This record gives sequence, structure tokens and C-alpha cells, in this order.
Amino acid sequence: MKAKNQLALAPWIFTIGFFVLWEIACRALGISSFILPAPSTILLAVWEYRTQLSYHALHTLWMTLAGFGLAVVFGLLLGMLLGSSRLINAGSYPLLVGFNSIPKVAVVPILVFWFGVGWVPPVLTAFLISFFPIVVNVATGIATVEPEMEDVLRALGASKKDIVFKVGVPRAMPYFFGSLKVAITLAYVGSVIGEQNASNVGIGNLLTRASAAFEVPLVWASLVVLAVLGVFMYAITAYVERSTTGWAQRSQMAA
Amino acid sequence: MKPFVDLHDVTHVYARAEDGVPAVKNLTLRINEGEFAAIVGPSGCGKSTLMKLATGLQFPREGTVIVDGRQVGAPVKLAGMAFQNPTMLPWRTTLDNILLPLEIVEPHRARLRRNKAEYVAKAEALLEQVGLKGQGHRYPWQLSGGMQQRASLCRALIHEPKLLMLDEPFGALDSFTREELWCVMRDLHAAQKVTIILVTHDLREAAFLADRIFCMSARPGRIVAEREVPFPRPRDLEITYTPEFSALVHELRGHIAQARRAA
Repeated sequence: MKAKNQLALAPWIFTIGFFVLWEIACRALGISSFILPAPSTILLAVWEYRTQLSYHALHTLWMTLAGFGLAVVFGLLLGMLLGSSRLINAGSYPLLVGFNSIPKVAVVPILVFWFGVGWVPPVLTAFLISFFPIVVNVATGIATVEPEMEDVLRALGASKKDIVFKVGVPRAMPYFFGSLKVAITLAYVGSVIGEQNASNVGIGNLLTRASAAFEVPLVWASLVVLAVLGVFMYAITAYVERSTTGWAQRSQMAA
Repeated sequence: MKPFVDLHDVTHVYARAEDGVPAVKNLTLRINEGEFAAIVGPSGCGKSTLMKLATGLQFPREGTVIVDGRQVGAPVKLAGMAFQNPTMLPWRTTLDNILLPLEIVEPHRARLRRNKAEYVAKAEALLEQVGLKGQGHRYPWQLSGGMQQRASLCRALIHEPKLLMLDEPFGALDSFTREELWCVMRDLHAAQKVTIILVTHDLREAAFLADRIFCMSARPGRIVAEREVPFPRPRDLEITYTPEFSALVHELRGHIAQARRAA
């Protein structure tokens, strides 16, 4: 019981400890708030700009979730396709890897040519940056079905589709949820990049304007808000993972 | 009696085999309906290939495979299979794992949803037969290896297959559990009248369970000896300690040793 309590408290203790150390370092070394503001200064800024921040943060959250949602749907479908066909898998990997290697910030201008400034570029950037890990993980989960299991089902007359849906997809779920944790944090990166370059609202846009005006505490406050949102969404994905694929987390390491 | 599984002069080379050496060559094998056949041989002799050929998972390069009076050109759909690895799906309860074949095979596939209770009762009856009464709600990973293997036998039998393929099903178990499962297998065969092909390394297992034993040569595999097992049924585990039993096992061992030397 004691160990369990410690585990539950550990995230809070580590996080608070981190900010306390930061605060002490700023005060003891007399660092200018232009270089590195102390957490107390940032917190004050968060409070001061609370209406602005929450307005833009909600917008960013919305962009991120939309892009992430698209990535989940598209990633699942493409992952299933790649996992169930060795030919499609072999054929499309170079394209996928090539595409994923392009920095997404370089794609935003193209999105602006196509769709103009607004909500579309951030959503699409979030989508483009976050679908790749989902595809790779779902495909791996499906492609690694045990050959004996496949034989058992094929000897019964099961079609490829039967095998993918009865065994492949459920089997890929732990991989899928693992990839969602990566994808959701990436989706934030994507929507913020999109907003910085091609939007009039959102934390990304706020960041651009705040840094242009040298409002250092506001820049830091925006970053903190982003981090908090990211942790929050990550926790939700982790919760969904635990409640749907508990069967996959039986090892002592996961406990 | 007409043969139920009839492999005639079968040669098979895997498409992926780099050296082009056939896995089985000029293999001829006849197994009667309702018979319990065992296939023994040195490792890598193509025993598993034989299973794949008889179930239509692979098609021979030469020769014919006839199962239940029809030449095999697609997976036979009437086979149940169990392997050394129980391959239970960890996200399904044991009961749902056993019901899996019914989600694939017609006519059960169309009937399953509406007649669920009937099929569940059948699965539970099977569980009881193999000594797993009331364990259906547990997940496979909550069961021991021997229990998982019992459940895997239930899965292989739930759709009342005419042909049961066992590929070293007891290979990974300790010897006490193995002997217990021999008896389970013996009783299932007596109750269901299914044709069984058991591939095994264990000569005592073959001698105890089978009506007829086929010895295979080293790769490329073919049948080098065929032996009727004379012991009357029902057989008790005690017969494995009789001199006749030891003599049979000893004779089989001679065939295998010769096959290994020839390789």
C-alpha cells in the first residue's frame, strides 16, 4: 500500500520539486526575467493573461484534437492495410518514411497556398505530424500475428479479412495505444507550428506575437499552458489504454 | 474401409526453400475414417508439412491429396488443429477462445449470435470433458500451460471437425501433465469418433494413443515404416509399463535411428 501511495504521489512531488529548484536557482543567481523568468513570475503572467490564454488554448486544443482524430482514423485504416498485405507494405514504406522525414514546418506554406490562413493548416499539420507512428504500430501489430494462429483459422476456411479483424486488430491494440501517446504530443507540436505560421488565433499565434513584442513572461506562460494541455491529453490516452487493453499489461514491469 | 485422408506420391517444395530441396518426397499415406494415426520421425522431417498438405494450407507440387473423398484445392474447412504452443488469444476469455472457430465455420457462423446459449453449453461440456469445468470465464493467461493446452484441444473440437490435426500438442508440458492429457485425448477420441493425425517426437505417446504409427525419414520426408498398434482399447496408462509396449517403442526407436543415420 505504501509503495502504491508513493507511486501515486511521485508525479506531483517530482513536478513541484522541479519548479521549486527552478525558482531557487533564478533567485539565488539573480537571473534576469528576460532570460529565464522564475516560475512565480510565469504563474503571475498566466493569471494576468488568463482570458487571452484560455481563449487561445481552447482553440489550440480544438485544432489538436481535430488533427489527432483524423490521424487516428487514417492511421488505423492505413495500418490495417499495410499490416495485412506484404506487397502494399513493401511498396509504400519508402513513400511513408520519405514523407515523414520532411519537417512539417516546411509543409505549412504549401497548406497556406492551398487553403489560406485559418483553421485548416493547423489541423492538417497536426494530422500530418501525428499519423505516422499510428500507422507503423498498427501495421506491426497486425503483421506479427502468430503463424500457428493463422493456420488454425485458415484451416477452418477463414478469409484474410476474418483473420485481420478477429486476431490482427485486437492484437494490434496495445501497439495502437502506445502510438497514441506519441501521436497526441506530436499533434500539439503540429497544431502550434500551424498556428504560428498560418493562423490568427491559438497558442502558436499568441507565441509569435508575444515574442515579437518581447513579452517574455507571456511567451513562457504560453509554453506552460501548452505543456499542461499535453500532459492532460496524454493522461486521458493512458487511461483509455489501461481500461481497454488491460490484458496486455500483465507483466511486473507494467504494474 | 475407404481412406479418409489419402496422400498419393506427394512431393512438396516450399516456394521459400532456398536450396530447392523438397520438404517431402514421394510420400504416400492412407488414414482411415475414425482412425487415430501418429506420425513420428527425426526433427525437420517434414511432419508439419504433411499437416499443412492434409489440411489444404499448402498444395503439393506433385501427387494428389484427397480428404473425405475430395481432392484438396483449398483449406479443407473440416479440420481442427492444436499445436505445441496453445495460441490462445489473451484478450478473450477461455470460453470465447473456444468459441472462435464457430465465428468462422459455416453453418455455425450464421447461427452463433442467435443460438449463443446452445454453443456455450457445448463449450462448457467440452471443458468438463478435458477437466476444466467452470474455468471458462478465466483468461488464458490466468491458466497454467497444461490448462491452456486442454482449452486449445476444446477449441480444436468445438465445431465437431471430421479431422483433428495435433502437432506435438504436449511437447512443452511436464511428463505428469502430458500423461494426464494422453488420457484426455484417448477419451475424446473414443467419444467423438473423429479422425486424428498426431505428429509427435514422443514414441511412447504415439504407441499409447495411436491405432497406427507411421515413421518418416529425414528430409526430404517419406514414410519408411508403418506399424499397427495391437493393444486393445480402452487402454490404461499401465500398459505403458508392459514388455510388449517397451518392445514396440524400442522397435520404433530403431526406425528413427536408421532414418537419422541415412540422412
